[in-house]
Amino acid sequence: MSLRPLTTPWFHGPAGHEKIWLGCAILWCFVMSLMMPYWHFRGKQNSTGEAYTVKPADFFARTEKFVASNRVGTFKNPIANALMTELPIVEPPAGGDAYLMGRMWQWYPALRLRKGETYRLHLSSLDLQHGFSLQPLNMNFQVLPGYDHVLTITPTSTGEFTIVCNEFCGAGHHAMTGKIFVE
Amino acid sequence: MSNPSHSLSAPGAPGRVCGTTGLSVCFAAQRFIKLNAVSGIVFLLLGGIAALLLALTRWQTVHLLPVDWFYRILTFHGINMLILWILFFEVAILYFACTTPLNCRLFSRKIAWASFGMMLTGAVMVDYIILAGRADVMMTSYLPLLAHPLFYLGIILVAVGTLTGVFNFFATLYVAKRDGAYTGSMPIVTFGALAAAIIAVVTLLHGAVVMIPTFTYSMGWTAQPDPAWYRLIWWGLGHQSQQVNVCAMVAVWYLLSHITVGARPINEAVCRTAFVLYILFINLASAHHLLVDPGVGATWKIWNTSYAMYLAVLASMIHGFTVPAGVELAMREKGYTNGIFGWVTALPWRNPAFSGTALSLVIFGFLGGITGVTLGTQQINIIAHNTLRIPGHFHVTVVGGTTLAFMALAYYVIPLIFQRDFIFRGVARVQPWLFGIGITMVAFGMSFAGSMGVPRRSWDIDAQGVYGPAAHLWLGVLGMGGILAFTGLLIFALLCVGTLFFGAKIEGRAMADWGTPPALAGSQPGSLAHDHYATKGTIVLTLAFLACFAVYYFANWKALADVWPVR
Repeated sequence: MSLRPLTTPWFHGPAGHEKIWLGCAILWCFVMSLMMPYWHFRGKQNSTGEAYTVKPADFFARTEKFVASNRVGTFKNPIANALMTELPIVEPPAGGDAYLMGRMWQWYPALRLRKGETYRLHLSSLDLQHGFSLQPLNMNFQVLPGYDHVLTITPTSTGEFTIVCNEFCGAGHHAMTGKIFVE
Repeated sequence: MSNPSHSLSAPGAPGRVCGTTGLSVCFAAQRFIKLNAVSGIVFLLLGGIAALLLALTRWQTVHLLPVDWFYRILTFHGINMLILWILFFEVAILYFACTTPLNCRLFSRKIAWASFGMMLTGAVMVDYIILAGRADVMMTSYLPLLAHPLFYLGIILVAVGTLTGVFNFFATLYVAKRDGAYTGSMPIVTFGALAAAIIAVVTLLHGAVVMIPTFTYSMGWTAQPDPAWYRLIWWGLGHQSQQVNVCAMVAVWYLLSHITVGARPINEAVCRTAFVLYILFINLASAHHLLVDPGVGATWKIWNTSYAMYLAVLASMIHGFTVPAGVELAMREKGYTNGIFGWVTALPWRNPAFSGTALSLVIFGFLGGITGVTLGTQQINIIAHNTLRIPGHFHVTVVGGTTLAFMALAYYVIPLIFQRDFIFRGVARVQPWLFGIGITMVAFGMSFAGSMGVPRRSWDIDAQGVYGPAAHLWLGVLGMGGILAFTGLLIFALLCVGTLFFGAKIEGRAMADWGTPPALAGSQPGSLAHDHYATKGTIVLTLAFLACFAVYYFANWKALADVWPVR
């Protein structure tokens, strides 16, 4: 009786079908618990959360220095009336550091990467929280002001990729984009 | 205090005997159940209107709202649905669960008034400041985004008001025991409500820890709290409060499956242990929202996102078995013994409280549970975080699960507590189906669009130049599902409010029966109490569920393996 107090002893261990189901459910919980550590050591896609505190002004300075010393061209946005009309294209050295800064409302600068090379991609924000969302791959990471979020990333496909913002950051949020070109 | 004993059996106790169930109802509890439930339904309607506007905006072909109003209404929708509707209705459930089943009257009317007053004042404050355009910060109000101080103050008031109501609940449990209002152990419905109340306290304390410094910052009195710290603590409020809903919803499943079919928990000890698992491990799930965040490491993410070892998930899988098993056992004892699923066809599908409960269980388990655990897997979150897959998940847990279960409950609360029979009973029988199918379409639209990378909380998907016709199609499904679900919600609100004014009064008699399966000739209640292998249909259904779970789970690992290597 679900609505009245229980007056007879009610403490029984599981039995029959209930015991079978409990066994299956616990086993499944074990499988899922083991999958994450397994993938951490053997899988290639992990979010380790490597991060360092950084003042927005310092991150801005690092990004500007990175752009000045590695710039290879200019990206002009073909979308009419876009908030982001053009960006410097910057190519970090293979195995080196790349800086990408989120601000209302663009990802700065555009990056050119080489397929198969590994980069340390530094993400941070100058103002609000932003969401780094690489499309059409659909890889997503959180970007916070005050934190230098480092992704050690290896492009394995070539072409033009768009960075979309997927953390709400004001009226221009939907149009906050950036570019990564992989050759 | 004219009467020192809180037992409803005491002479002169301010209560009545229900003409349908024969249980005692406390007048004070009845009044506050009414007040809180009606307020909840009003906020549900407000949030529902907002939901329709949002669905019609994300449906890219319609694209109804301008950009500023989209984010304003989105903030409004989140607050009204996830906080106001649910909290008000949950306080009503708590007041019921601590009085009638325990034959006890409410501890204090004054405290109940104080709780209700604070909650309502806070709610009006928050809604006003959002609609005034001074708090376009989303429900999460992630710093450094900053709203008007009234926004935070309103939320703090709602939280303190709720805590006050929860205190009244605990105090009633105490005096019920002290005054010997009941003997034995509290029933499972009260036990589930107790688990929800305990989690609510922990949740609301997180809310206080994060909202008070944010409020003082918004007043210019203190420095800005750290955004990463804010996210961690805020989700101790944001995620955990949803587990209060899960607990309350499961308690409602036990209640309604009992009322509509005569089900009882097949094993009280296991069901109660499952509630205890919720209390112990749900807190860790704050991590679900920080899986691709900087600053928190892999070990922390893996341990916490799994609720230790998926022990809270285990709890849900236990309830997912015991609730239908209780129903199956009750049906078989009534003589519906044909084959494995003969009892399913004989269930009272035209009883809106039953269909609402059944749909809630299926939608919550098959869609909400499976997607939730998968998206909350540390690495898989990389291909899901902040995409529409996330609201695709929680619209089938909180809306298709909790809201639908609460709607189902209203089909008994209104006749039994407000003592009026429903108007347009034929329409009521269709309502849960309409709402359930609508919200399922919404969730499918969101989930598939999200799999194509469409972000949540975004006004437009054309400015980025990356989303193709398939993404637009799924947003259309979202939009059409939104219209259906809103229609279901509107019918529900109109039926409830209409019944309060025009429903036939039922004082002194039983409520009109929604339809319950009769016991067949020759059947015997309790005949299967010792047959542990009688729930053949349920074990088949739950194993099918596990198979779906495994397929979805590993398909997502495969999808993850296809993206760029990243550490």
